Amino acid sequence: MADPVPETTDTDNTDTDTDIGGGWHSAARRRAGTPRRAAAAAGRARLRGGVSLVLLGLLALVALLVPWLGDAAGQQVDYAAVLRPPSPAHPFGTDGSGHDLFVRASAGLRVSLLVATACALASTVLGAAVGALAGAVGGWLDRLLMRLVDTVNAVPHLLLGIVIVALFRGSLGAVVVSIAATHWTTVARIVRAEVLSLRSRPFLDAAISGGSSRARVLRRHLLPAVVPQAALSAVLLLPHAVWHETALSFLGLGLPPHLPSLGNILGESRRAVLLGAWWVVALPSALLVLATLATSGLAAGWRDRLVPRRRSELAL
Amino acid sequence: MSAGTASRGRGRAVLGLVGRRLALAVPVFGLVSVGVFALGAISPFDPVYQYYGSRIFTADEADVARVRAELGLDDGLLAQFGRWAGGLLSGDLGTSRSLRQPVAQVLAERLPWTLLLVCAGLAVAVLLALVFGVWAAWRQGGWLDRVVTAVGHGLEGVPPFVLALGAIAVFALGLRWLPVAGLTDAGAAASPGQVARHLVLPALVLGVSQSPWLVLHVRQSLLTALAEDHVTGARARGLAEHVVVLRHALPTALLPFVTVLGARVPELVTGAVLVEEVFSWPGVAAAVVRAALAVDFPLLAALTLLATAAVLLGSLLADVATALLDPRVATDG
Repeated sequence: MADPVPETTDTDNTDTDTDIGGGWHSAARRRAGTPRRAAAAAGRARLRGGVSLVLLGLLALVALLVPWLGDAAGQQVDYAAVLRPPSPAHPFGTDGSGHDLFVRASAGLRVSLLVATACALASTVLGAAVGALAGAVGGWLDRLLMRLVDTVNAVPHLLLGIVIVALFRGSLGAVVVSIAATHWTTVARIVRAEVLSLRSRPFLDAAISGGSSRARVLRRHLLPAVVPQAALSAVLLLPHAVWHETALSFLGLGLPPHLPSLGNILGESRRAVLLGAWWVVALPSALLVLATLATSGLAAGWRDRLVPRRRSELAL
Repeated sequence: MSAGTASRGRGRAVLGLVGRRLALAVPVFGLVSVGVFALGAISPFDPVYQYYGSRIFTADEADVARVRAELGLDDGLLAQFGRWAGGLLSGDLGTSRSLRQPVAQVLAERLPWTLLLVCAGLAVAVLLALVFGVWAAWRQGGWLDRVVTAVGHGLEGVPPFVLALGAIAVFALGLRWLPVAGLTDAGAAASPGQVARHLVLPALVLGVSQSPWLVLHVRQSLLTALAEDHVTGARARGLAEHVVVLRHALPTALLPFVTVLGARVPELVTGAVLVEEVFSWPGVAAAVVRAALAVDFPLLAALTLLATAAVLLGSLLADVATALLDPRVATDG
């Protein structure tokens, strides 16, 4: 697209500032906050989405292939090489139990991503159900459910999650429930708003005057229409779910030790770090950060493409 | 209407806002207490096992039954809830089962340290946000803006515990500038100097981990404010650039910042839990983890209610501050 604005007007070329003296500046001096061209911003956003997609693909490849080629659960230990710095045999070093960190961290990445996906799906289903119910039925049920949303949001999510996993300790199910129970509220809000806006559309009036039952309207007309929003929320929840699961596991409250998630691995490595073994945290941390950034970048890219006018509303 | 009556009306409106918020907080607290108690009630965990530990295997049944009766575990759920909630209302928070101390005493001993850490962390985050947010917006598109934006987006993906481990590895173990963890050196008294030295790293980690959202928010809202009419007007009057940015654009840009700060209390609590745990900081947030690992229900429930109170207080303070700062804001939130 041809841009009528010449390139030079919005560069931060401070060299052209000419001080005439007496406190006067030339009119062409750079002003604070000169807006960046929209095309450049859009290009950068597209670039971020693309990079995130490629990165996520690479991470998924590592997570899927490496544990499968080596040992599936990353549990194989080499007692002759405990807490060794990176070497040709173990390119990312070994931890205090003699696990090869590359294999172990890849297995952890796989567990973390799988658990996060399950959690994001569970929260989305729960949130979409509550939101659709509140929006479609309305009235006192709507008010009650929205008060419930406010109440859940009033408790810090990690703390509520900790309470849930503490009382139902040490199982995969408890972690999934704890994340689903704390993260459904955003989805419920989004889906409710969508249902409320759909309720005033003519096709719903048409369906109702055509004699459709309430259940049929909900099933055939409302739910399919909120699917794109709900799917988007699921992707937006992914980085949060990864974060939450690793935080719980890091604290020793998350997944049981036979499922090495990135959080478990980082939690176990704390003592090794104090012994000066920095490499024990290096790769798991890097994978965790990259996975979070890639999923959130992908989600942001998809969000901008799907609903450009709702950016702020959907920002989780 | 004179200015005096206007401000008095404003004060009354703000008081009304506080009153309404406190009234709304009551059902929230009630619901959270019921919810937490219900979670405890359906939990498969039996407090008697905690009371006995491994001695449960050798204890005789009559003793176990007596302890059950003493702990009140044989009463109905409603009776148990009534006793617990009644205790909360009368200020008796119960006894921590893992620390073997009254919960109120645990809070009294640990809350000041958490407040110290959280306030220091928040100060770091706000300082970073103001300096880098304003700087980046001022020179939008420049190298500093690009670095700040990129680092900000990158840091959003770094969990506080990763940041904490990295900070320990680099600053405490690599460069040996600061102590690794704890409130004081081993065996030393909690003197201000000792505590300050041990506070630096946790407060920096907490502040930096909270800063990206704040920095990016200040940058964005300053950019929006710079495009507004009154800023154009200030420029048209030929005011100096720093006057335009700092005196005309920044005040309007910072109003939503107060709300954002209030809304970030949950993340601050979460960050405090992780940072206190990694740095062995003796605050209430680390007690959450300890209570959870030991399934210490009375302590866990009290800390959950405390965190809920902090969140509600944060949003209330933010709304009051906004209402006081901006006369256009209606107090009928």
